[in-house]
Amino acid sequence: MTRISVTVDGVRYDDDVEPRTLLVHHLRDKLGKIGTVVGCDTSNCGACTILMTDADGNAHGVKSCSVLAVQADGREVTTIEGLAGPDNSLHPVQRAFHQKHALQCGFCTPGMIMAAVDLLTENPDPTDTEIREGLEGNLCRCTGYQNIVRAVRSAAEEIRAGASAEPADADVAAGEAGTPDAGLPRESAPEDVIPVPAP
Amino acid sequence: MTITEEPAAPAREVGAARTRKEDARLITGRTTWTDNVTLPGMLHLAILRSPFAHARITSIDVGPALSEPGVIAAFTGRDVADVQGALPCAWVVTEDTVHPDHGALAVDTVRHVGEPVAVVAARSRAEALDALAAIEVDYEPLPVVLDMEAALAEGADLVHPDKGTNKSYTWVFDSGEAGTGESTGPAFEGAEVVLKRRYVQQRLIPAFMEPRSVVVDPTGDQYTIWSATQIPHILKLMMSLITGTPEHKMRVVAPDVGGGFGGKLQVTPEEMIAFLAAKRLGKPVKYTESRSDSLLSAHHGRDVIQDIEIAATREGKLLGLKVSLIANMGAYLGLVTPGVPILGAFMYNAIYKVPAYRFECVGVFTNTMYTDAYRGAGRPEATYAIERIMDELAVELNLDPIEVRRRNWIQHDEFPFTTVCGLEYDSGNYEAATAKALEMLGYDELRREQERRRQENDPVQIGIGTSTYTEMCGLAPSRVLGSLRYGAGGWESASVRMLPTGKVEVVTGSSAHGQGHETAWSQIVADSLGVPFDDVEVLHGDTRTSHKGMDTYGSRSLAVGGIALFNACNKVVDKAKPIAAHMLECDPADLEFSGGQFKVRGTPGEGKSIQEIALAVFAAHDLPDGIEPTLDADATYDPVNFSFPHGTHLCAVEVDTQTGRVSIRKYVAVDDIGRVVNPLIVEGQVHGGIAQGVAQALYEEAIYDADGNLVTGTFVDYTLPSAADLPDFDTDRTETPAPGHPLGTKGVGEAGTIASTPAVVNAVVDALRPFGVNDVPMPCTPERVWRAIQEGGAK
Repeated sequence: MTRISVTVDGVRYDDDVEPRTLLVHHLRDKLGKIGTVVGCDTSNCGACTILMTDADGNAHGVKSCSVLAVQADGREVTTIEGLAGPDNSLHPVQRAFHQKHALQCGFCTPGMIMAAVDLLTENPDPTDTEIREGLEGNLCRCTGYQNIVRAVRSAAEEIRAGASAEPADADVAAGEAGTPDAGLPRESAPEDVIPVPAP
Repeated sequence: MTITEEPAAPAREVGAARTRKEDARLITGRTTWTDNVTLPGMLHLAILRSPFAHARITSIDVGPALSEPGVIAAFTGRDVADVQGALPCAWVVTEDTVHPDHGALAVDTVRHVGEPVAVVAARSRAEALDALAAIEVDYEPLPVVLDMEAALAEGADLVHPDKGTNKSYTWVFDSGEAGTGESTGPAFEGAEVVLKRRYVQQRLIPAFMEPRSVVVDPTGDQYTIWSATQIPHILKLMMSLITGTPEHKMRVVAPDVGGGFGGKLQVTPEEMIAFLAAKRLGKPVKYTESRSDSLLSAHHGRDVIQDIEIAATREGKLLGLKVSLIANMGAYLGLVTPGVPILGAFMYNAIYKVPAYRFECVGVFTNTMYTDAYRGAGRPEATYAIERIMDELAVELNLDPIEVRRRNWIQHDEFPFTTVCGLEYDSGNYEAATAKALEMLGYDELRREQERRRQENDPVQIGIGTSTYTEMCGLAPSRVLGSLRYGAGGWESASVRMLPTGKVEVVTGSSAHGQGHETAWSQIVADSLGVPFDDVEVLHGDTRTSHKGMDTYGSRSLAVGGIALFNACNKVVDKAKPIAAHMLECDPADLEFSGGQFKVRGTPGEGKSIQEIALAVFAAHDLPDGIEPTLDADATYDPVNFSFPHGTHLCAVEVDTQTGRVSIRKYVAVDDIGRVVNPLIVEGQVHGGIAQGVAQALYEEAIYDADGNLVTGTFVDYTLPSAADLPDFDTDRTETPAPGHPLGTKGVGEAGTIASTPAVVNAVVDALRPFGVNDVPMPCTPERVWRAIQEGGAK
């Protein structure tokens, strides 16, 4: 067993782990961070993507199935569960995935959202092709990716416009803190209905 | 969008592109997948799987595993041979179908790589997996049967020697014999044009993103099974029947399920093994598969050799159609394995007026993972073959591929139309969908560019592929299923509960795993009862709350379950009416119900809302005499017909003739799925469906080596397309409401997959016609395309 100290979603955890333990298993089995899921065993699918700081403290997208828990010692990890703001407002990428219908079964979604956050940190104004290539390491079987690309483009615009720094709009005001729908509209506002393309 | 018939009345919620209620828990990582379920004292299972495609187990000893750290128990097929029963096949298609016993754990013989042979229960998953290495198994390899045609040859080695044959069944439909059309014999004799082609539907793997997982809790006298399944109700019934557990002592929960695509339409060995382990140990157990286990041992799809033959006049009018299939069952029959190709049998004639039709399918056993439902199940195969050969007919007759279709398809004013299979197509407008698709693609301009590139010998050639498809979905009228020897009905159920505060709980028997039922069902209820969208909660996927259902597959949830819901809502309104009349002191006959309010017809002023009535019913202080104090209502709907979505998909590809690389330049889909409840969800279904069909055309294939090892056992080798591999799809709709029921919906879950594969391959072949190429086997990888060019050019 090896003693490690990892800060996950803003909370420091000190644990003894087997050296062979993968970070994703540590997150899920020991810390209860079940929002991060396992979709494959060859680091192809990206469902387990999280953000982890490097030695200089800069966060990068990492497939947590391809990192040992001991490698996260002393690092800061952000999972899908820690992405929302302190007032439980959704991250612009989360909000865009909802508004652009970028998920169906939702299993790839945590990893896809984290990969998108990472992509937009590296490239705040990506083209569609750059989005598609940037998310190449994350597989989705439901959506055909088109709405994911749309969502990432929309989130990029919102982040660049600085909307994320402002308080949430009335119609996307936070649900009760700590509930699963924190930050989602409680009453669906008219803007929530996406107009159907004209004939 | 083109509406070919005016809707009866404007709808408020139905038709709106509502964002999904389901998303909140999914985008925040706060949901329940089966693998997230952890119970006190729970043990973790690991399964040892056969490394041989066919072998006798000469000895097996789990003893050494028992002394490994953390191990609580281990057992083999021999330990449970008397209690494990046989896994079910609910669709034995003929009276004499060969149907071998299929235990969850192999007892003496393994018949495919990946077949479970032993199980370990340990305190952690890692310890259970570690201990597998300590199990000692001796195998005596037996001859391996892989090639379907070789398996059917005289003297072939046998997958099940005790059965004396590798043939499971022969199923025949002949329109002359059935009286639904002419005989093919005369139709083909003397026909001006006869074309015969062989197409191969490669083996595919559904590859849902959430690996299968099952938790079984045997606490008390009740078994609770959480499973990543599409079919909680069917699973409950089957597990009860097989294990002899009383049905009322069994509960199945399908929490959020991460995709299915037919791949979770199964009663699996893993579910049975977990049940047996929980029962033996008296402890909750969990089994979650790895991706490589999943690719190896979750059922596969397709894998059919298709011989298709058409007879036609020189003008391009179809005279007859003959189809002969060899369908790979794999080593055993899964839940609906034999029925999958039969679902396609009625779709080879597609949208065309075919006077004579004969279909024959032979199911064959091989030492491979068994096949079963995969998105479209039989209908993509049928659509592929007919749409491919229609393009061949166009080339033969020097006609435009659209024109040859136009000369044969059912005209919009000919509906309802009884096909050569005896199916009644209720509605459709193939002309409208095709006209729109041609315009969206810029068909004529692309044809001109194609001609230019051909003349210039451009190394990048373009091709245009057409797919004018229909499908039968909304599974299914129970009587029809009965006549096809399917083991159950095709109805669906719904319940509506009016709560005292006026909120509404809706229970549906369909079981969503990404389809957005919670949103779409809320929209239907909101319109039917006149309550706010947000006041509706949709419950599903737990047999304790949803006691009755037929689950989700075959594009059936809305087309069947949606009608059940609509009918249940109307029953609520009917029940509320006499109470409203009592409250308003009027005759019920004078009341009208609109926008959630009962009002006296023709009078202004206040009415009574359904919420107010719900509260009055709860108090029950002042109800009319003899009125039961509830508004709750159930409905079960058995469809009278299938639904028949249709559409036209056009694909333009660029093929680099020097490298064989295919890239999709433009993809246009115009689908007619009847009336739409939520266009946002529909668009998502179409996108995803097209992507899966494109994946079959260009990327995916499950491959076994000569010894029966799965070569494509990880996502490194089984190449699901990524975002970088797919284009944007240009989608639109025409709308011809289904006339047979009040919602007018038709089902959309499989349409994209059914339509897109032939559109893409037709485009690839079209690009390569100047090279003498008239087929490229799927998937059309750069290597295959390049080889086709070299070989075609040599002809």
